[in-house]
Amino acid sequence: MPKDSGIGASPKRREDVRFLTGKGRYTDDINVAGQAHVAFLRADVAHATLNGIDSGAAAAMPGVLRIFTAADFDGVGGLPCGWQVTDKHGQPMQEPKHPILAEGKIRHVGEIVAAVVAETPAQARDAAEAIELDLTELPAVVDMKDAVKDGAPKVHDDLTSNLCYDWGFVEENKEAVDTAFAEAAHVTTLELVNNRLVANPMEPRVAVGDYAAHDDSSTLYTTSQNPHVIRLLMGAFVLGIPEHKLRVVAPDVGGGFGTKIFHYAEEAFCTFAAKQLGRPVKWTSTRSEAFMSDAHGRDHVTKIELALDADNNFTALRTDTYANMGAYLSTFAPSVPTWLHGTLMAGNYKTPLIYVNVKAVFTNTVPVDAYRGAGRPEATFQLERLVDKAARELGVDPVALRRQNFITEFPYATPVAVEYDTGDYHATMDKLEAMIDRDGFAGRRADSAARGKLRGLGVNCYIEACGIAPSHLVGQLGARAGLYESATVRVNATGGLVVMTGSHSHGQGHETSFAQVVADMIGIGDDQVEIVHGDTANTPMGMGTYGSRSLAVGGSAMVRATEKIIAKAKKIAAHLMEASEGDIELKDGAFTVAGTDKSVAWGDVTLAAYVPHNYPLEDIEPGLEETAFYDPNNFTYPSGAYACEVEVDPETGQVEVLAFAAADDFGNVVNPMIVEGQVHGGIAQGIGQALLENCAYDEDGQLLSASYMDYAMPRASDLPMFAVDHSCRTPCTHNPLGVKGCGEAGAIGSPPAIVNAVIDALQSGGHDVAHIDMPLTPARVWGALNG
Amino acid sequence: MYDFTLDRPTTIQDAVAALQSDEAQPLSGGQTLIPTMKARLAQADTLVALSGVAEMRGICTDDQGRLCIGGATPHVEVARETAQSYPALAYLAGHIGDPAVRARGTIGGSLANNDPSACYPAAALASGATIVATGPSGARDIAADDYFQGMFDTALDEGEIVTEVKFPVPQAAAYAKFVQPASRFALVAAFVAKFDNGVRVAITGASSDGVFRWAEAEEALTANFSPEALTNLAPPTQTMISDLHGPAEYRANLARTMTARAVKQS
Ligand SMILES: Cc1cc2nc3c(=O)[nH]c(=O)nc-3n(C[C@H](O)[C@H](O)[C@H](O)COP(=O)(O)OP(=O)(O)OC[C@H]3O[C@@H](n4cnc5c(N)ncnc54)[C@H](O)[C@@H]3O)c2cc1C
Repeated sequence: MPKDSGIGASPKRREDVRFLTGKGRYTDDINVAGQAHVAFLRADVAHATLNGIDSGAAAAMPGVLRIFTAADFDGVGGLPCGWQVTDKHGQPMQEPKHPILAEGKIRHVGEIVAAVVAETPAQARDAAEAIELDLTELPAVVDMKDAVKDGAPKVHDDLTSNLCYDWGFVEENKEAVDTAFAEAAHVTTLELVNNRLVANPMEPRVAVGDYAAHDDSSTLYTTSQNPHVIRLLMGAFVLGIPEHKLRVVAPDVGGGFGTKIFHYAEEAFCTFAAKQLGRPVKWTSTRSEAFMSDAHGRDHVTKIELALDADNNFTALRTDTYANMGAYLSTFAPSVPTWLHGTLMAGNYKTPLIYVNVKAVFTNTVPVDAYRGAGRPEATFQLERLVDKAARELGVDPVALRRQNFITEFPYATPVAVEYDTGDYHATMDKLEAMIDRDGFAGRRADSAARGKLRGLGVNCYIEACGIAPSHLVGQLGARAGLYESATVRVNATGGLVVMTGSHSHGQGHETSFAQVVADMIGIGDDQVEIVHGDTANTPMGMGTYGSRSLAVGGSAMVRATEKIIAKAKKIAAHLMEASEGDIELKDGAFTVAGTDKSVAWGDVTLAAYVPHNYPLEDIEPGLEETAFYDPNNFTYPSGAYACEVEVDPETGQVEVLAFAAADDFGNVVNPMIVEGQVHGGIAQGIGQALLENCAYDEDGQLLSASYMDYAMPRASDLPMFAVDHSCRTPCTHNPLGVKGCGEAGAIGSPPAIVNAVIDALQSGGHDVAHIDMPLTPARVWGALNG
Repeated sequence: MYDFTLDRPTTIQDAVAALQSDEAQPLSGGQTLIPTMKARLAQADTLVALSGVAEMRGICTDDQGRLCIGGATPHVEVARETAQSYPALAYLAGHIGDPAVRARGTIGGSLANNDPSACYPAAALASGATIVATGPSGARDIAADDYFQGMFDTALDEGEIVTEVKFPVPQAAAYAKFVQPASRFALVAAFVAKFDNGVRVAITGASSDGVFRWAEAEEALTANFSPEALTNLAPPTQTMISDLHGPAEYRANLARTMTARAVKQS
């Protein structure tokens, strides 16, 4: 086997050739003959009664084909929510209708009020601007705590309040937790905000709807992380199109970070309008529209408390979180602050008693849903900030306090309903300490002080859960979908393979790493394997890519399908060599008979499968193509330890990240280079959240950070070189590859390291600052120093 | 973007003539105007491009020793050409935006726009530059002290364009810029220029009145040109901007800190 091939090698990403040479085929590159263009008129107020829409003048403008309002969607379903949370009283969450176009009321800035389809994008936009709205503005609710007060304006008049659900987890633990707090030797309390973020994938969303009258079928080209999920949700719940009449294609997608998981109004609109008009309909989001219509991320306000005994053992943890849902429930919104957040609150620690309360709240803001890490960054941030604060209050070393409370025996059942299969938290912490030269820190701090700067070191660990599963369990938890993944492996007559996966790549490098897995199993070069994804017409039903699930779940499906291929190929090889099937071995792309020098090449076997002249037709069918669906029996639990060093300029509050180190345990690693890149990207986003990014509304629900002039993205110059290690490996015990998932770890593990480091810097300078809310902008840090 | 026609004159005279219609607007580097038009926040029937007007490009020295920079000279050229003659100005020009912005954006466009967070206004005001405005009745000199009239407001008349900017070169000068984290314009920046007859200090980014001279600091620095001279000074906070990126008190602090840093560097 060539050494740049197979599992463990780092071949360059094959997809990058087309991405870097401008030959990618993104949704916006797709133009269907005869297409028309839609422009959406979006609300510029956050809350209003919509009394009327006058589109008379607009309809007469050049090029206008038709103007749609909510009235045109009578009988069409609303956008469905894919997860139902049950509250602490056993009642289902409040679930408002999510119309495609605003119905009678506007509930957030950016909501679609009307849609103009015209011959050109400019004509559509001109006409959209000419539509007159008759509105009665209403007071907006933006702050979550205000929204749940008695008498607050209601986002949805037909709901009893703005409270979507009040979730207690585990409700039965609550009393015991309260008792433990009453008996604690020390209690540490922290109130914090997990700032709202805009995902900002490089490629904005695009949708092209097409309808073929000759066979009454619809096609949607869309920027999605999960085309099959869109087909199911839009076909079954919104437009009533059976799946055999609906094809969803998500070609090259330029980043998603979660925000392209969800089914959006624009997708349903383009599919619907194409059939109505008999013309393909295209929409390409502007960056301004993306800011006010892509689902936002995070936005939690939390009070968290830790109880410790006299020996500094954690005895109980209690949290009280408000989670912003925005104006409507986006596809998976309710699951993020509950099952993806509450279940992670044990972190790396053997805290015996935990109670998590989450109040999900409707506000007049853009819907909030999963964003890289989804729930786990929120859990990790509060826990790791809290443990750090506890160490400072107790005057103990923050690393030692963590180590003392680490879980060390696996499998470990947490008090928040999950079972960690493997892990070695001391190992990653040991690795981290070796990477960061902790002993030299005092000297470096002195150097900084000599330059008038405050230097800080922040350390934390994290645990996360990837590959959310198994389906029967998530079904009990409220998921309205399964969480398996699929693969079809098609071997061609001349020996090459096409692997069709239900997962989707939008920057992760699947086309490279998945090929490595399958090629490795057969012992052929990676270049013999092509990965196909993104089109419901030629891939098996799959759930797509999010939650760092693709290798752990999708890769496992691929392994299972390839195992079936190999089993069948061995039968053919046995027949060709007139040997018994049990004696056949496959190595380096050749079948041999154990104990003999008989051998037949992979390509001879595959040819025999399709040219079955000499073939055991009485036992097996011709052809070599297998499909597998894989439903894991648990999450995977990547973990790690992160550290960072910062320098704070006390005169300006500016924070500079000088060094960042990450020691991760991802189990087995297929392509170390890709893993490293995923961690780099995650850390960059985590630093973005910690220092720069802030999606802000004013009290009237106007989006203040509505462009890159005010929403600060991290840039290369904001980041240090990252030291990344993934040599600590405790393979996952329940999937065939022993892999855990690496796509979100960086974004989950890094924000607390940054904030811990800044607090360390300020306290070392004699400033009594216990916490600063993210993003730690220069103004906020300076404010804390001078507060 | 709304539709428009593009006029490409090659002389100042033709450019000025083309601008005499109500619906015409000058287009220089387009680094402000084009994004604004793309967002449909600006509209013009005719754009009169200044980039082809050769006499508005380039840098020379006049008989008074002033650096004369053509209004359509891009930032990258100023950064390169004034590195020896006026390093503080070169530094400023070299730290505007990114390479693409510097390749197209121009000094005339920046001064005409007078964005309260822009860099060039600070250099012009602190240097005591002269802005040459040309209109249908010819060219006139406007002193920087009279030119900046508040946020996005200048002494230019309708139909006038900035054809040249003349910078006296100070004995010592420096520009200290604290970037706004998102836009990387100046959150607050200070340009300090020391001349024979005194020190001039211009602050940009801080005030809702746009760039301003900080008189108290000028006085203190004229008496004692050292960062310590500023220790107990603070610019007035009433007009300081408070927004997402920092409250008024923070901007006031930055004004002093950046001024002190500029003094130290000059
Ligand atoms: C990403 C980015 C980052 C930036 N960062 C900075 C920064 O850090 N600091 C900074 O100072 N600026 C920054 N800018 C702005 C940049 O410097 C622009 O070039 C400048 O503000 C306008 O110059 P322009 O030549 O592009 O003018 P244009 O965009 O062409 O015109 C701007 C306005 O001035 C008018 N106008 C243009 N030329 C003249 C003239 N000669 N006479 C009269 N009116 C005229 C136009 O009609 C228009 O109203 C940035 C811009 C971008 C896009």
